[in-house]
Amino acid sequence: MTSVPFHRRKETKLVFRYLTAVLLVVIFVFPIYWLFAISFKTPGEIFAVPPVWYPKSIQFNNYVVLFKDGDAKTVGNSLVLASASTFFAMIFGTIAAYSLTRFKTGGENLAVWIMSQRMMPPVAIAFPVFLLYVWLGWVDTYIGLIILYTAFSLPYVIWMMRGYIEDIPLELEESALIDGCSRWEVLWKVVFPMARSGLFATAVFTFVFSWNDFLFALVLTRTEVTTYTVQVTHYFGGQSNFWSKIAAMSVLGTIPVFITVATLQRYLVRGISMGAVKG
Amino acid sequence: MSDLKITGLHKHYGAFHAVRGIDLEVPSGEFTVLVGPSGCGKSTLLRAIAGLEEVSAGTVEIGGRDVTWARPRDRDIAMVFQNYALYPYLNVYENIAFGLRARRVASTEIDKRVKRAADMLGIVQLLERFPRELSGGQRQRVAIGRAIVRDALLFLFDEPLSNLDAQLRDDMRAEIKRLHQELGRTMVYVTHDQIEAMTLADRIALLRDGKIEQLGAPLDLFERPATRFVAGFLGSPKMNFLPGIIETGEVALCDGTKLTLPPGRKAPNGQAVVLGLRPQHIAKAGAGAAPGHVQLPAIIELGQQTGSRVQVSMPLGGSSITAEFAAHEVTAPGEQVRIDIDMTRAVLIDPQTDKVI
Repeated sequence: MTSVPFHRRKETKLVFRYLTAVLLVVIFVFPIYWLFAISFKTPGEIFAVPPVWYPKSIQFNNYVVLFKDGDAKTVGNSLVLASASTFFAMIFGTIAAYSLTRFKTGGENLAVWIMSQRMMPPVAIAFPVFLLYVWLGWVDTYIGLIILYTAFSLPYVIWMMRGYIEDIPLELEESALIDGCSRWEVLWKVVFPMARSGLFATAVFTFVFSWNDFLFALVLTRTEVTTYTVQVTHYFGGQSNFWSKIAAMSVLGTIPVFITVATLQRYLVRGISMGAVKG
Repeated sequence: MSDLKITGLHKHYGAFHAVRGIDLEVPSGEFTVLVGPSGCGKSTLLRAIAGLEEVSAGTVEIGGRDVTWARPRDRDIAMVFQNYALYPYLNVYENIAFGLRARRVASTEIDKRVKRAADMLGIVQLLERFPRELSGGQRQRVAIGRAIVRDALLFLFDEPLSNLDAQLRDDMRAEIKRLHQELGRTMVYVTHDQIEAMTLADRIALLRDGKIEQLGAPLDLFERPATRFVAGFLGSPKMNFLPGIIETGEVALCDGTKLTLPPGRKAPNGQAVVLGLRPQHIAKAGAGAAPGHVQLPAIIELGQQTGSRVQVSMPLGGSSITAEFAAHEVTAPGEQVRIDIDMTRAVLIDPQTDKVI
């Protein structure tokens, strides 16, 4: 019996591995491709049987309609709400995390208690928040949703940033204090640069959480600050679904997140793996 | 005038009393080393001087000003940390310039001072590099550069050489000594390494359990220790301690060996003592015993070469003692030798109080 040479066996294994990887990529990427493809198709192509795998000609009509009808504004609303709430959550959350870590504010268990707020199902407070917002006149306002998203993101930001700050050697901060920095300057000149990867990673996740929120956007908006997640549902009808609009709006809603993640990918990977290996 | 004056300093961590009433005055330009075993409170004391720890009681004065409750940045101090504390995201130049920028010094002045400090430490060629591209020794030079560039009144060093290998530690020790001579600044240096303490210090404060056990010039502490702890802590190899009883001008050891005390050494007859003998004061006997010396036969149990010297163990007074001979004076274990003990350098300790008589 002749045995297969070792290098041939290795090659076969490699080919099998690549085939599996390609198959997995196709399975995961296909829905995204299909979403993009539909957004560029004509209504005839969308409902064609057998399916049209790629649009014969790229046409932007579905997008033009969204912009013409003013629906695209909802993506702008989402962008404003998610960006502003991420910005505030990162600022307040990092300061709080610094205080919890370095000054043991509230004792050892306050941080755990803060994190536990994250475990609460948001729907449990949807109605009380709605009533409160009606009373405050904050329904369908930017400020209302920004404050709510900031509050919801804070536990996550505090928890994550606490971990990153704990990894910063205390001597770096003490050295800066002796060298002439105030606590605020230490935060700005030492803690932020040292935890940069963690900051970006946390900010991206915070942004995505707010970006993807549907529940509160549905309950607390009417017409002025409707977000794209709510807007998409307007295209599902009892009689028919506007697939072209659904696809185009979903693509518009995906692009900002896609750009954010692609730009910050370097920090994301480092931020997520930070603390995994002690240097 | 003294640059640093500590009065009645206490520090508690909950129930733990880390520093127990320390009084210390460091004159201007002096190099004081705080030395002691782990947990003796030396680092806590240094951190209290720096303002990194709040004191529980007592006062700290720097340059004649009470800074007990002042922020670290308002104390006119510079500090070098054990782990270098370099900012990994800044290059060497910016690391050294950090303190000056924090104090809003003009950039032309910063440039001048950074280059002068770098020149002093021989790291001019490293200014553009980042800390991760430096060796341990180079990092510590940068850390020292960051301290000296500030031109502070008081320099604090917290075990700065602990992370370096032995050779580099020797080099950096010499470097720090040279810097002190050049700058003439007041320096307080914490270490657990008695060799660092002996070589660097103008004065040593030996700490134990949060108190200063003895304060004085290195040779004072080495030759005239106040307590058994000081006698045992300083010196390598460690001092030998042999229990005995004073019998008319002699110390009678447990095994009956009698060692004559030098004339003038007073100790009451019949008093139990611990005799302290440094290994360096026990030599291989040559011709006749010099005045104040005692010669005895001994059998070598073990010899440990160090290159220039050999540390030998031998039985005496019911226990094993260590002596230090010249490198080639011992050939093998079991060798019978005659030893010469310099009793003029011996210390007598009261076993009740552990104080040197």
